[in-house]
Amino acid sequence: MADSQMTPELMKEIYYYMALSRAVDDRMWILNRQGKAPVVYSSNGHEAAQVGSAFALNRGEDWIAPYYRDLALVLAWGMTPREVMLHVLARADDPNSGGRQMPAHWGSRRLHILSGGSVVATQNAHAAGLALASKMLKDGRVAVAYFGEGSTSQGEFHEALNFAAVWKLPVIFFNENNGYAISVPQRKQMAITDVAARAQGYGIPGVIVDGNDPIKVWEVTRAAAERARRGEGPTLIEAKTYRFVPHSSDDDDRAYRSREEVMEWKKRDPLITFEQRLEAEGILSAEEKARMQQQIKDAVNDATDYAEKAALPDPATLERYVYAE
Amino acid sequence: MTYLEAIRAGLRQEMQLDPRIVIWGEDVGVRGGVFRVTEGLQQEFGEDRVIDSPLAEGAIVGVAIGAAIGGLRPIPEIQFGDFIFPAMNQIVEEAARMRYRSNNDFHVPLVIRAPIGGGIHGALYHSQSVEAFFAHVPGVKVAVPGTPYDAKGLLAAAIADEDPVLFFEHKAAYRSLRGEVPEERYLIPLGQAEVKREGKDLSIITYSLMVNYALRAAETLQQEGISVEVLDLRTVRPLDQARILETAKKTGKVLIVHEDNRTGGIGAEVSAILAEEALFYLDAPIRRLCGPDVPAMPYSPPLEHAFMITPEKIAQAARELARF
Amino acid sequence: MVEKVLMPQLGESVTEGTIGQWLKNVGDSVEKYESLLEILTDKVNAEVPSPASGVLARILVQAGETVPVGTPIAEIEVAGEAAEVAPQAEPAPAAPSPPAAVVDAPAAPAHPGPTERGRYSPAVRRLAQEHGIDPSRIAGSGAGGRVTRNDVLKAVAERTAPPTAPPAPTAPSAPVAGAPEPPREVAGVAPVPAGPVEPGDRVEPLSNIRRVIAQRMTQAKATVPHAWIMVEVDVSGLVALRERWKAKFREEEGFNLTYLPFMLRATVEGLKAVPQLNAQWNGDSIIYKKRINLGMAAATDRGLVVPVIRDADQKNLVGLAHAVHDLTERARSGRLKLEDLSGGTFTVDNTGAVGTMLTYAVINPPEVGIVTMESIVKRPVVVGDAIAIRSMVNLCLSFDHRVVDGADAARFLNVLKRHLESLGPDSSIY
Repeated sequence: MADSQMTPELMKEIYYYMALSRAVDDRMWILNRQGKAPVVYSSNGHEAAQVGSAFALNRGEDWIAPYYRDLALVLAWGMTPREVMLHVLARADDPNSGGRQMPAHWGSRRLHILSGGSVVATQNAHAAGLALASKMLKDGRVAVAYFGEGSTSQGEFHEALNFAAVWKLPVIFFNENNGYAISVPQRKQMAITDVAARAQGYGIPGVIVDGNDPIKVWEVTRAAAERARRGEGPTLIEAKTYRFVPHSSDDDDRAYRSREEVMEWKKRDPLITFEQRLEAEGILSAEEKARMQQQIKDAVNDATDYAEKAALPDPATLERYVYAE
Repeated sequence: MTYLEAIRAGLRQEMQLDPRIVIWGEDVGVRGGVFRVTEGLQQEFGEDRVIDSPLAEGAIVGVAIGAAIGGLRPIPEIQFGDFIFPAMNQIVEEAARMRYRSNNDFHVPLVIRAPIGGGIHGALYHSQSVEAFFAHVPGVKVAVPGTPYDAKGLLAAAIADEDPVLFFEHKAAYRSLRGEVPEERYLIPLGQAEVKREGKDLSIITYSLMVNYALRAAETLQQEGISVEVLDLRTVRPLDQARILETAKKTGKVLIVHEDNRTGGIGAEVSAILAEEALFYLDAPIRRLCGPDVPAMPYSPPLEHAFMITPEKIAQAARELARF
Repeated sequence: MVEKVLMPQLGESVTEGTIGQWLKNVGDSVEKYESLLEILTDKVNAEVPSPASGVLARILVQAGETVPVGTPIAEIEVAGEAAEVAPQAEPAPAAPSPPAAVVDAPAAPAHPGPTERGRYSPAVRRLAQEHGIDPSRIAGSGAGGRVTRNDVLKAVAERTAPPTAPPAPTAPSAPVAGAPEPPREVAGVAPVPAGPVEPGDRVEPLSNIRRVIAQRMTQAKATVPHAWIMVEVDVSGLVALRERWKAKFREEEGFNLTYLPFMLRATVEGLKAVPQLNAQWNGDSIIYKKRINLGMAAATDRGLVVPVIRDADQKNLVGLAHAVHDLTERARSGRLKLEDLSGGTFTVDNTGAVGTMLTYAVINPPEVGIVTMESIVKRPVVVGDAIAIRSMVNLCLSFDHRVVDGADAARFLNVLKRHLESLGPDSSIY
């Protein structure tokens, strides 16, 4: 079960996963620039929203339906750095897809991470379906769909929220609003300021939260999960955040946003601000931080070495698993 | 028992056996579906298991995908095959490739029921044959029963299947086709065609309502001394290549009949199989009798009739092929 | 004027309806569009309006009864001609009336014209090849006279049907070059198709004699159950005998004395002792021939022919030598007559002339045996307890196992063996 109280220990754990994610993320970019990882999708900047929400749920037990931005989320949910690197380098043992999908297309039945595709917003309906199953099977699980603000323009977003709202399904729609759908800013995506305002159209709560504050995200997610488990239906959460890097390794964000804007947001880098807070509150000592950083460095190095040595998929497996075998 | 009753009986039987089975779709609950296929099921199984869903095909299928992964065996209904396209994204991009994209980690046991076909004054948006779109998609199976018996047996197999199955019911068959249907449960494996009538002069390869029409045409031609074999594909994905080749090799002449329009239809695939695998057994060009390449079936009776394949049209095409 | 009320189709896919209740009684007047009755279907319950103004004259289907869509259920006596029930284009929303019975057949395949003869479908080509049939000789029953697959199958069935009469025993037993209308294909057996013709290959059409040989050989192997045995014969004495007579014979007779006449002589002895081999298979009977007419396989530059030495049992060795010489000469010069090639009862093949040691000869039906004499070679053999150099020859017999048992066949060869081994330098040839 998720902890009902925010404790210093929990805060340190949240910090650890945020820092781990940032380190794995940085390594992915290095591998990309080395020509080893053809494409990289980053969670850089979104860590607080993702890890904060994950810790408000029963990690590995509730269902999450992530999108491609959710590296920090899946790490917090139980995926190991090795598993992430196997995926990034498209190795045969990649637990997400056996090297079949582009990086950041997460999925693990064991961890209750629903496999995702690249067409945006479809996972909202899947999360509603998972929630419907939980409701019927009375297994007490909550399902959470994660998505960017651009995908809320999709008809399927609307269809899913409407369906879930009508049937009061135990599902949370968690929007990571970073202001850009690749290059298109939010003002060209929708005529409203807050994605959360869409909730009104479905008769469900819409909650806005500072996506760079993991504790606040934890709180609203926790409330939404409790509401869901009580049978009161879905909640739309809008975590306002920012991505510090281009959409992907194939993107150049200088074409559509100013360096000043990026620098302005970087002052609110969730990893740095949370670290400062933990230090200021005496929760994270210098020794602990150093030990954690060493641990993360070791884990990332180990994961990279491990994945680089791992076997690539056998071309003979190309036609497997179209149907049950 | 009618074709419709066979499907309803199949649904009821499966729901009684497996509490994970849930039905939802537009009007399937209180109303029992616009064709009454699910009539009485909500009363019997409750509102939790027979759900009137919002009018949104994308969500109907998308929610079913999630529910299937979450442990249910959903049987969503799309009210008309014509309305399945808003769900195309969920079927093709999600359900069909869930197993493949997750390297066998996830799979989607799901049966999507939808009525197809015309001849019932349904016009452009209540008459379409949509099976060929899905037959093209690796990862799904497509059942197109042509008799009440097959409808029940294929439905049971579809529900038992661990992969998504599109189950296309011909709406003109619902009340017009009757046949013996056992009460006990039986499964007809997906991917097995059946010779519905033995013959030696030519083979009609077809499916769905056209099986019945082809059998009627064969009866007519029997009087004229032409012996017609009728092969019912029963599923158009997977196609039963062995039986297709068997009947072609037996008679040497093949007429493929479907109501769906010609270009890129199932007939094209069957023809390709025959051309690749049975060339030296063919005694005549492969012949297709299909719906015309117009967007869909018009409303006004003379136009609808001109579109529709009839037993007479099949007999005429078969006659010409027999004479060749 | 009477307007019929038909069971309407209330809803897609509905094929029948049940009368709920009649809202009017017979004799009641009714307005057009006024409700006339209630109908129940498994999709809807609905009131059905009258198609015309008038008086409900008859109710044809009572409440509670179920009838198919389109069935007349009532009749309205229309109020006078002026009632403007006018020509109704579509009677009610009911009975879908398929326009005319004209079936506009969708594009037919280009109708095969008279040119279709000579164009064969893949199936026809394959079957014709497998069965060795020339499709151009088959009457086509398809469009434009096209030869259909079924035409070929019919032709095959007719050809392979059991013959109505057994082969006439008097039929020529040997192939005849230029015989009238030889069959063009080899019957009954599907040949293995030849591989592709490659550069440098030479494709030569069959000569008539080659065609006949092929046909007879195939028929023989396909229809006669061949069995085969061999004996080894010490012909040192025969060799010495021939050595002794060779020069003198050449001088007296004008040609060389070969071993073949001795072999023919021995064969005559064998056939006398084992008449089962001087016989013909006749389907449901066996004909034991009185005359012994020995076929003598001879290679010519146009192929194999088998001229016959008639009444070989009535010729002595020199007579046999003359007959052999005569037939061989004429065969090589193409001067054989038809009667030279017919009437054989058994065949001897001097395969040793082409250097073989062992031959599995093909029987020439309706004969039931063929014996070969192989090359005479000097070999070390055990004589008593010593090893000696002897002139040895193998005699091989192929026989029709339907007619001849193995024991009889062995007896036959042993007669030949004893006869040949009994010859020595002192034997007489006259």
